[in-house]
Amino acid sequence: MARRVATTNLQEGVAVAAAPPTPTAAARARWRPYLLVAPSIVLTIWVLYPFAQSVWYSLHHYVLSQPWSRPFVGLRNYQKIFTDPDFLHTVAVTLEYTLLAVAIELLLGMLLAFLLNRDSLLTKILRPLLILPLMVAPAIGSLIWKLETNPQFGFVNFFMSFIGQRYFPWGSSPRTALLTVVLVDVWIFTPFIALLLLAGLRSLPQQPFEAARLDGAGAWFTFRTLTLPMLMPYILIAVMFRILDSLQQFDIIYAMTQGGPGDTLMTFQLRAYLEAFTFLRLSESAALILVLWVITYAISYVMVRYWNRARAHLRGA
Amino acid sequence: MRKWLAHLVLIAIYLFFLLPLYWVVAMSFMTNQQILTYPPQFAFSPTLANYKALVLGQLGGGVGTLQVDYLHNFVNSLIVSCGAVGLSLVAGIPAAYALARFRFRGADNWAFTLLSFRFAPALLILIPLLQIYQSVGLYNTYWGLILAYQLITLPFIVWIVRGYFEDVSPELEFAARLDGYGWWRSFWHVSLPLVKPGVAAAALLAFIYAWNNFIFALVLGSSDVQPVTVATLSFMTASGIQYGVIAAALVISVVPILLLAVYAQRFLVRGLSMGAIKG
Repeated sequence: MARRVATTNLQEGVAVAAAPPTPTAAARARWRPYLLVAPSIVLTIWVLYPFAQSVWYSLHHYVLSQPWSRPFVGLRNYQKIFTDPDFLHTVAVTLEYTLLAVAIELLLGMLLAFLLNRDSLLTKILRPLLILPLMVAPAIGSLIWKLETNPQFGFVNFFMSFIGQRYFPWGSSPRTALLTVVLVDVWIFTPFIALLLLAGLRSLPQQPFEAARLDGAGAWFTFRTLTLPMLMPYILIAVMFRILDSLQQFDIIYAMTQGGPGDTLMTFQLRAYLEAFTFLRLSESAALILVLWVITYAISYVMVRYWNRARAHLRGA
Repeated sequence: MRKWLAHLVLIAIYLFFLLPLYWVVAMSFMTNQQILTYPPQFAFSPTLANYKALVLGQLGGGVGTLQVDYLHNFVNSLIVSCGAVGLSLVAGIPAAYALARFRFRGADNWAFTLLSFRFAPALLILIPLLQIYQSVGLYNTYWGLILAYQLITLPFIVWIVRGYFEDVSPELEFAARLDGYGWWRSFWHVSLPLVKPGVAAAALLAFIYAWNNFIFALVLGSSDVQPVTVATLSFMTASGIQYGVIAAALVISVVPILLLAVYAQRFLVRGLSMGAIKG
C-alpha cells in the first residue's frame, strides 16, 4: 500500500509515495528489472551454444562426411581465407556488391528525399507508395525481377530494347550478373534510405535556411553548408544499415542464381552456404562466417555508439 | 528545381519502383499465351485461372497435372510469423519496460546484444543449429522455426517499444502508485495502454521481417513448414513454364505485407531505423 505524504514538492512526494514500504517489497523492486528481462534472455541465450560450435568447427578440420578425422588445426582455416584465391574472390565480390549497391541507393535515395520534400498534389500521392518495394521479401523481389527479365517475354527487356539491349543476359552472364542482383537490391532498399532521409529533412529547423535565403545564399551553397551537415546523422545511420545488410546479402543472390554463374556471385554467406551444404566442409564455412561476423560486429558497434549519441541529440533537438 | 522537371524525374523514378509490382500483378491475371506475347500487351482481358489453379492445388501442364500445395505454404508463413511475433511480444514488452525505466547492471550490454542479432550473419547460428535441431527433433517443425525467429523479432519489439516507453513520462506511473496501485497494476493499466501504438508498430514490423525471412526457413525447415518465401523459389523451378501461376504465387506471397504496410505507414520509419529516427 502506498503512503500518502503531504508535501509542497510534487516530485519528492511522488518519489516517497512510490518507494516500497516494506523490506520484501524493496527486495522485489530490486530484482524486478532482472525478472522483466529474464524471458527475453531465456529466449535468446541459447545462441551461445551454436555460436561456440561455429568457433569450434572453424578451429578444426571438420568435414561432415569424414567423421573419423576431426583434428584441431588452429587458425589454418582462417589462413586459407586470406590466401586462397577462391576466398579472396569472395571478399572481392562482397565488397563490389556492397559498394555498388550502397552508393547507388544513397544517391538515388537522397534525390528522392529532396524531390518528395516539397508539398504538392503529386508528392502527397506518391509518398505513401514509396514503402512498397521495401516491403517485398528480398528473395521474392529477386524472383519477381527474374520473371520479368525473362529473355522471351520479360517486360523489362521490352524497355531495354529502347537502348538496344533487347537480349541483355541479366543473371545468366558473369559480366552482368552482379549488376542484376545490385539492381534488385537497389529496387528494394532505396526506399529505405529515401524514407529515412525524408524524415530527416522534415525534422530540420527552418530558421537557418530562412536566414541563408535572406542573406542571398545560393542553392548549392545552402546544400553544402547547411543541409548536408544537418542531414549527416540520418545519412550515416541509413548507410551503415545498408552496408551491414549488403555484406551479408544472401536471399537476393540465392534466389536469382544460387551464387552463379559459376562462382561469380559468391559473397561471404553464399560461399559459406556452399561450403557447408554442398561440400560439407563445415570448418571452412564456419571460418568464413566468423570473419564476416567480426566485421559486421565491429561496424554495428561503431554504429550503435554513434546512434546513441544521435538518439540523445534528436531527443533533445 | 523547375517544378515540371522535378515532377518528371519523380514520375520516372516511381515508374522504376512501381511498374515491376504492377506487372507481376498483371501477369497473374494473364494466361500463358498472353504472357508469352512480345511486345508485352499492356491492355488485356484478365482471367482468374491462375489463382484458381493455386487454390485448387492443381497445375495443368502439357504433361499432365502437377499437385501443388501453395496455400499450405501461405498458412505456414502465417503460423510461424504470428507465433514468433506473439512470443516476442510476451517476452519483449516487459524487457523493453525494464530497459526504459531502470538503470541496472548489464542493461546497455543486453540492449546492444539484442541489437547485434539483427546485424549478425544468420548462417553463423543456423548451420550448427541445424545439427542441434536434427538431434532434438526440432528440425522441420513450427516451434523450431518460431524459436529461431526470436532472433529476428525480439530485437524489434524490445528496441521499438523501449523507445515508446521512454517517451511516456514516469510521473504518470508515479501518480498511479500514489493512488495505491501496485507495480504490476500501474504497468498494466497505465503504462501499457500508453504505448499501444508503439507495440502495434513493433509487432507489425517484426511480423513483416518474420514473413519476409528466407534463410532461416531454408536451413531449418523442409516441405512441412516451408513459408511462402522459400516455397516460391522451388515452386518457380518446379513449375517451369507456368508463368501465370508463378506470377500468382508471387503476388500471394507479397500482398499481405503490402496491405499491412500501406495501413501502417506512419509507424514504419521509426521502426525501420529501430528507433534511431523518429518518423
